[in-house]
This record gives sequence, C-alpha cells and structure tokens, in this order.
Amino acid sequence: MDLFEYQARDLFEAHGVPVLAGIVAHTPEEAKAAAEKIGGVVVVKAQVKVGGRGKAGGVKVAKTPDEAHRYASDILGMDIKGHTVHTVMIAQGADIAEEYYFSVLLDRSNRNYLAMCSVEGGMDIEQLAVERPEALARVAVDPGVGIDQAKAQEIVETAGFAPELHEGVTAVLLKLWDVFVKEDATLVEVNPLVKTGNGDILALDGKVTIDENADFRHADHAALEDKESADPLEAKAKANDLNYVKLDGEVGIIGNGAGLVMSTLDVVAYAGESHGNVRPANFLDIGGGASAEVMAAGLDVILNDTQVKSVFVNVFGGITACDEVANGIVKALEILGDEANKPLVVRLDGNKVEEGRAILRGANHPLITLSDTMDEGADKAAELAYGK
Amino acid sequence: MSIYLNKDSKVIVQGITGGEGTKHTALMLAAGTQVVGGVNARKAGTTVTHGDVTLPVYGTVKEAVAETGADVSIVFVPPAFTKDAVVEAIEAGLGLVVVITEGVPVQDTAAFWALAQSKVDADGKQVTRIIGPNCPGIITPGESLVGITPANITGKGGVGLVSKSGTLTYQMMFELRDLGFSTAIGIGGDPVVGTTHIDALEAFEADPETKAIVMIGEIGGDAEERAAEYIKAHVTKPVVGYVAGFTAPEGKTMGHAGAIVSGSAGTAQAKKEALEAAGVKVGKSPSETARLLREVYATL
Repeated sequence: MDLFEYQARDLFEAHGVPVLAGIVAHTPEEAKAAAEKIGGVVVVKAQVKVGGRGKAGGVKVAKTPDEAHRYASDILGMDIKGHTVHTVMIAQGADIAEEYYFSVLLDRSNRNYLAMCSVEGGMDIEQLAVERPEALARVAVDPGVGIDQAKAQEIVETAGFAPELHEGVTAVLLKLWDVFVKEDATLVEVNPLVKTGNGDILALDGKVTIDENADFRHADHAALEDKESADPLEAKAKANDLNYVKLDGEVGIIGNGAGLVMSTLDVVAYAGESHGNVRPANFLDIGGGASAEVMAAGLDVILNDTQVKSVFVNVFGGITACDEVANGIVKALEILGDEANKPLVVRLDGNKVEEGRAILRGANHPLITLSDTMDEGADKAAELAYGK
Repeated sequence: MSIYLNKDSKVIVQGITGGEGTKHTALMLAAGTQVVGGVNARKAGTTVTHGDVTLPVYGTVKEAVAETGADVSIVFVPPAFTKDAVVEAIEAGLGLVVVITEGVPVQDTAAFWALAQSKVDADGKQVTRIIGPNCPGIITPGESLVGITPANITGKGGVGLVSKSGTLTYQMMFELRDLGFSTAIGIGGDPVVGTTHIDALEAFEADPETKAIVMIGEIGGDAEERAAEYIKAHVTKPVVGYVAGFTAPEGKTMGHAGAIVSGSAGTAQAKKEALEAAGVKVGKSPSETARLLREVYATL
C-alpha cells in the first residue's frame, strides 16, 4: 500500500527522521488555521498518490494564512491524473540551500534491498537514472545486515557528498532505514532530502510503500488505508475478505487461484473481440474453499456492479471438489434470490467434475449455462454480455 | 529422473498438527510421498496417525532430521511464524524447503533467503534450496508430492512445468494429462521467491527424462524477461510459454502479492515479447499453450 506524503511524514517523525511541521487540512478553513499555527511562509500541498502534482498546480507557497485559505480552496477537489484531492498538507516553509535524493527499496530481481542516493535531488529520479546514471549511486543492501553505519558511509561516499556532510547525512540515512525495517516498508523515498541554510539535513518530501502482508505485526497500519477514495465495490469486497479488483468491462468474473483468474480475464477479453469488444468487469479470486457463503458474497459484489451484463464462473477443482463448488453456486443463488438477475456461465473441471456438473444440471436454474471448457465458457459469457 | 524430488526423498512437515498440515500430510502420503515425521515445539513427543501410518512429532527440525534422516521439509505454519520455521530448516541443513504459506511479509522472505544464500558447502554450492513462499509446491508424479497439487490429475511423462501460479499449474497438467510430467513445480506468486524460473529451467535442461518444458509466468517483476535471456543462452530443449495478466490495470495487485504492473514495468506484453524474442512459442490461453506444446512434443 502506497502512503500519502503526510502519512510518510508522520512515520518519519515517529522514527526520528528530521522533518518540518506539517498539518493535514480537509477544508480551506482548516488550512488557514494550520497556517496560523505553523506561522510564517507555508506550502499548501495536494495529497495524492501520484507524481507530477507540482506541475498540475497542486503545490503552492502561501505567505499568509489568507493565502493558504485561497490556495487550499483551489487545490481541494482538484483532479490530478484521475486522483481527486480530498486532503492538503500545510507544511512549514523551508530555507533550502541544497537538494539531494535518497531511497531504499525491495529489489525483486536481486532478492535484496537497493539504496539509491544522489547529490542532485528535487528532480524526477527516473529521468536522472536514464539521462545521467553516473549521478545516481546504487548500493546493494544485504537483508541480513541492513543499513548500518558502514553501509550508510558507503552510500554517501558513492553518491559523492562533501566530507563535511557525511556525519549529518549518514545519521538521517540510519533513521530512514529504521522506518524501512520497523514499518515493513518495500519503499522509503525522500525527494528532496535538503540541507537548510543552517546546515541541517531534513526530509522535505517522502514516499513510503508498506507491505500489507506484515499488517499482523502493525496494528496501526489499518488506519493508513485510504477509505475515502476506495471504490465502493472494492470496499464491500474487502469487508467480506474477498480478493477483488474492479475493472471497467461487462463480464463479471469469479474463479479460484490468482493465476487462473488473471488468465480468465485475458481469455474473456480475447473472446470479447468477437462480441462487440466486451471486457472483463473485475478480478475476483474466491480461493481454495469456495464455500456457498464465499460464493454468495462474491456474486453479491459482482451483481451489484451495474456495468455487469453476464458472469463467468471458472473453477478448476484441485483439492477443492467441484460438487462443493456446484452446491455453493446453487445455494448462493438461493441466498441472493431476486438480486440474482444476470446470466451465469459456469465451467467446472478437475476434482469431482461429473458430480458438480450433475448438481448444476439437476438444479436446472434458468440463469445458469454450463460450459465444458474455459474457452467455450468465456465465449458464451462474452456473447451473453454483448447480446444484452 | 526428475528434478529436486524423487521417491527416495524423506520429508518432514513443519506444522503437521495444524489444519492445512493435517489435510495435506494425508494427501501427500496417499500420493506416495515418504513423509517421515513432523515438527511442532508444543506437541513434541506425540504422534499423528493417517490410516495405517503413524508419524512422530518432534520439537525441533534438527531433532527430526537426526531421528529420521529427512532431507526435505514442507512448511505449513502461519505467516507470523514462517520466518522462524524456515530459518530452523536452513540451520538444520535440509536440502529442500518448500514454503506453502501465503501472506509472508516480504522482509521475512528476504531475510531467510539471505541466510540460505550464506550457507554453502565445501564446493561453494548453496546447501538449502527454497521453493516458495505462496506456492503449491512440487510434484514428481508417481514418486513424490511435496505440496498441495492434486496428485490424481496426471502421471509420469516427459513434460517439465514451472509456474508462478497454482491453479494454472493444475489447469496445464490437466490440459496435457495424456502426456504426463517429469516434475511440475510451482515457484509462487510473491515478489521474492527461493527457486526461480531460471533455476527450474536449468534443472529441466539437465534432466534426461524431461523432453519439453512449459513455463508459466504472470505480471510483475522481470523474472520472465530474465528467464527468456537464460533460455536463449542455455536451453536446448523446446520451451513453450504462457503469461497471465494482459488485462491487469497498472498499480493494482492481482491476488498474488507479486502480481502488479508498476508504471510500464512488469507487463504481460513485455514478458511475452521477451520470450518470443528468445524463440519461445507463447500461447494466448492455457488451451493454446497446451496445443503448442503438443505440436513440438509430436516432433521429438
């Protein structure tokens, strides 16, 4: 999960990374009050999880609380690359002498961590990496050791910091490593890391991605979730522990196993090319069990998607037995009653497939069509969605 | 022949007394696996019984290895305890550790992977191979199953399979059930996994029983691109590929923690193109992939 800048700032502060004052505001009035509290020049910063907000007009320097009010009313509600601004952060103005860059992230390819650092901060780091790779130090970090004093020293030396800055910068790098490891992050990025006129090193803007698999040891991470901009169907699915992603097509998809469901979306999209270009409406993995309750909860979410015209249930029974899945579908339709009003194409294969198909044939439900293969089922579901 | 696992492999189950551990110990025994015991520190000294097989439960992996001569472990413990369980297996010097658990924090995986890499034998070879986490495990049909793959889909044959996905593994074994498999290995859908596509390709290339290879990938990371480079340089056996997730939107995790397109990186299209550039035929669907494999198999 990506965090907002203000959430990253708060985590930084909690782990002793030097940051400036920052107060969250949801209204222009709150923005003005925050500017008064901080005092002096402040920066009004749109809180969105996408880059390029400065260019989009989402960051403004306010000299007075009234200016902060005015800029906040401009920025709140603004659309930045499809993200609506619900929140701004009022940040204390900084006296910037120099700007640097630092990040530490999970390196999937090398199965360790990678620290990146540059004495040229403030700009788009992907652009720097392409245009002048020599200006960006890349230092591998052993997960068994982490960033200790020696590693921090190696990073600042490789990046080419002047010797008099080594002590100040390494101290901040060690604190940022604390954020990475203690919060179970997969990315901690500071751009820019700045030196002020006084020579202090500060993290002025931060980006943090945390690993949701580690939520069991971070009770406070649940509060970081952005409920405001979540899709209502995704929120409903999440409340039912369903693994669901909303897409924008017409064919609802239910399957078991992430790989098979992704594959089902693709096969439906190909089939859709012959049926008015209908597309998959969602990703939904009901996992191994596929009980009637889970099936009903999944169907409930999908049938509440007004774009959905047909549903394709694609299950390969591995350990899961197809007769249980078939019973789940029949019971789910009973539970949903009149709410179930869209055609359902069902493909079952694998463990106890004959029993499963027999149950569905026996139920003789007017909404259910049985298909023998994944390709045939995808084609039928696309045809039904287009015909409607 | 097969890769990594055969009928002589002696297996212990970490988490043998839990729900999943109990269910799958029974299924592994039924598949012919030599399960020789289990580990649960709180139930040391007890036994578990499946049919006419009674298995001892030990307090530590080290003790289990000393008593049974096990060389393989399968891990069914919950995510919060997985790191400790795998570390214990590595410290005990097991040759193969299969981690089924889904939802392991990636920093935990990075930590036990770093530990596994640091333990090498006199020839500098890593002692412990890890498969997973978040995977269906490995099956050498007719010999041994260390995982949760249904053992009754198909039998022995000349196809080697490596996949990030469990259900796509089952689907592909089902599509090609008349040909049979030397070994099928699910490497898992997490951002960091112990055994990679490349590792499995190398082993299949060296395995005389494997005649052709199916490689299944999905969005996220660059494992498929790296595998494509490896195939071009080192694999002489025919490889057929499949990649899932062409319709996945950017920035959304599709079920597997590692299945995410970040910006323009990790797309299915890029993986397909990399594989095709390496001479791998890539199917548009599981059924087309099976057909492509069948075509090359017929010419062998």
